[in-house]
Amino acid sequence: MAKEKFTTLKSQAVPLPIENIDTDQIIPARFLKATTRDGFGENLFRDWRFNNDDTPKDFVLNDKKYTGKILVAGKNFGCGSSREHAAWAIHDYGFRVVISSFFADIFKNNALNNATLPVTVSEDFLKKTFAAIEKNPATVITVDLENQKVSLEDGTSESFDINAYKKTCLANGYDDIDYLLSLREEIKQFEIAR
Amino acid sequence: MSQPKTLFDKIWDAHIVKQKEGHPDVFYIDRHFIHEVTSPQAFEGLRKRGVKVFNPARTTAVPDHNVPTIDQHLPIKEALSRHQVETLRKNTEEFGVTLYDLGHPYQGIVHIVGPELGLTLPGMTIVCGDSHTSTHGAFGTIAFGIGTSEVEQVLSTQCILQYRPKTMKIEINGKLGKGVVAKDIILYVISKISASGATGYFVEYAGDAIRNLSMEARMTICNMSIEMGARGGLIAPDQITFDYIKGRKFAPQGADYDKKVAEWKQLKTDEGAKYDEVLTFDAADIAPMITYGTNPGMGIKVTDRIPTAAELKDISEQTSFNKSLEYMGLEEGTQLLGKPVDYVFIGSCTNARIEDLRLVAEIVKGKKKAENVEVWVVPGSKQVEEQARKEGLDKIFEEAGFQLRQPGCSACLAMNEDKIPAGKYCISTSNRNFEGRQGPKSRTFLASPLSAAAAAITGKVTDVRSIV
Repeated sequence: MAKEKFTTLKSQAVPLPIENIDTDQIIPARFLKATTRDGFGENLFRDWRFNNDDTPKDFVLNDKKYTGKILVAGKNFGCGSSREHAAWAIHDYGFRVVISSFFADIFKNNALNNATLPVTVSEDFLKKTFAAIEKNPATVITVDLENQKVSLEDGTSESFDINAYKKTCLANGYDDIDYLLSLREEIKQFEIAR
Repeated sequence: MSQPKTLFDKIWDAHIVKQKEGHPDVFYIDRHFIHEVTSPQAFEGLRKRGVKVFNPARTTAVPDHNVPTIDQHLPIKEALSRHQVETLRKNTEEFGVTLYDLGHPYQGIVHIVGPELGLTLPGMTIVCGDSHTSTHGAFGTIAFGIGTSEVEQVLSTQCILQYRPKTMKIEINGKLGKGVVAKDIILYVISKISASGATGYFVEYAGDAIRNLSMEARMTICNMSIEMGARGGLIAPDQITFDYIKGRKFAPQGADYDKKVAEWKQLKTDEGAKYDEVLTFDAADIAPMITYGTNPGMGIKVTDRIPTAAELKDISEQTSFNKSLEYMGLEEGTQLLGKPVDYVFIGSCTNARIEDLRLVAEIVKGKKKAENVEVWVVPGSKQVEEQARKEGLDKIFEEAGFQLRQPGCSACLAMNEDKIPAGKYCISTSNRNFEGRQGPKSRTFLASPLSAAAAAITGKVTDVRSIV
């Protein structure tokens, strides 16, 4: 089923300079009881955003000066549980790109399967990105999928890796399942021959 | 002669349906496990596309994450949880998938059920929408966790798209010391290489310290591969593996079994095969371990002190380190030994097999729990529960003042009502000490079943070697 297409994103960014952010923080287990993919954004980073009585905490998502479709986070983002609900929550909240110096494998796959681009940058570039946002929260970051390049307003930029197949999928809104379904006959033959 | 291959590469290569430059491999899955939390959206996807399950016989369903651990014969009280379990019932019926529902003698935590039923066999590829699928690697399988979109891929085509990960060998040689068990080995390794130390790799565990472990202990090791970021971890099958499988419900029987064992004996890494990375540890360096922080890499020997921020190798980690200690209510540079705990949780796909319960029973037999602790023993499956009763372990637990509950994931992730209250400390045999993992604001110390049992008796963090 076709998903939204990703081209170039120019946006403000939300900084989260914490390492090893696990998917239990992104979406705590008690919010995994839904049987649809919708509405998880409401509980994104729930326990960092809200107190038990639902009053907001001092957290970056509650700070009006930070906004935008890009989340910038410390290394090993998305570790832990394989719950795709974490990717759904990030997308549903409105993010389309996550920038970090390191992503956990399963999260990376889940994000790519949900029209969200994980951009892996060097530690040095990540530091510069945090510094640029700290200096000016309204600063705009540009993520160019076609040229695999992420740039800051001062012109500092870095290229990032993405495999050719996933790049095509994101750029065109293709879906892995459509591709696999087209191979059902081949798979049947493989299964019989085993 | 062909190029020497690792065990991982042998299994991977045997499951490639299609390979294309720049594309991920179309990777065939032998065994697919599903549970109530990560499957409903995948079935919904099939419905929207008008697609059937490709091969229903290769998928097995069991509710575990979100089930109560008391009064399982009654309807689930909480509406959303009930709906989720009912949805699994409806979906498996509609799509012709086998379900071991609540109350069924085979119900339990998915990663405990698969091996004990003989559904997990050497050389297989196994996936489940759960990161601890790596558990099945103990049988010499490529087993890993996937997201729900991938669950939908497997249901609709029995394949997923995968890039081949790099390979890492972790070799542990030598003899384990007194009071040191599999959980300590893996907590030790993760503390050495960090929670992201094996990201991008598939690990093969080797060395005589691994070879000497039972299947239950090997499962504990492979289970926590994901906690160092690895896609999965596997151990070459041997006689211990073949003996474990023999006679299990869905395992090959009789002549079929003998034929299979002959095949499985080929499942090992060839001499001279290259790994992308090799790490070696000495079993004698390992002691009973405990975590102090909020990721499984933050572990120490139970007799050591918590490091100070200044001692961290990487200065950039200080912020996260300080945040973690603040959450845990602990001071840098102090000892955990003697710290009072409020709860003891013995359960989860890491440590809720019969051998784990036996370890606990050995320590607590004839003793009583400390007054300040509440102790929950949650067996990994109905079969484990039944075996525990047969061996009289239930009596030992009862006399000690422990609560023996019914099978499920329980307080490992606290999706059901088994939650550790805010601010309370729990010594837990599970796999994750993340913030809020065992309930909002709960504080987790990960440790072995032996260390958990010792804490249950003393009411505080204890070196198990001091009481046996």
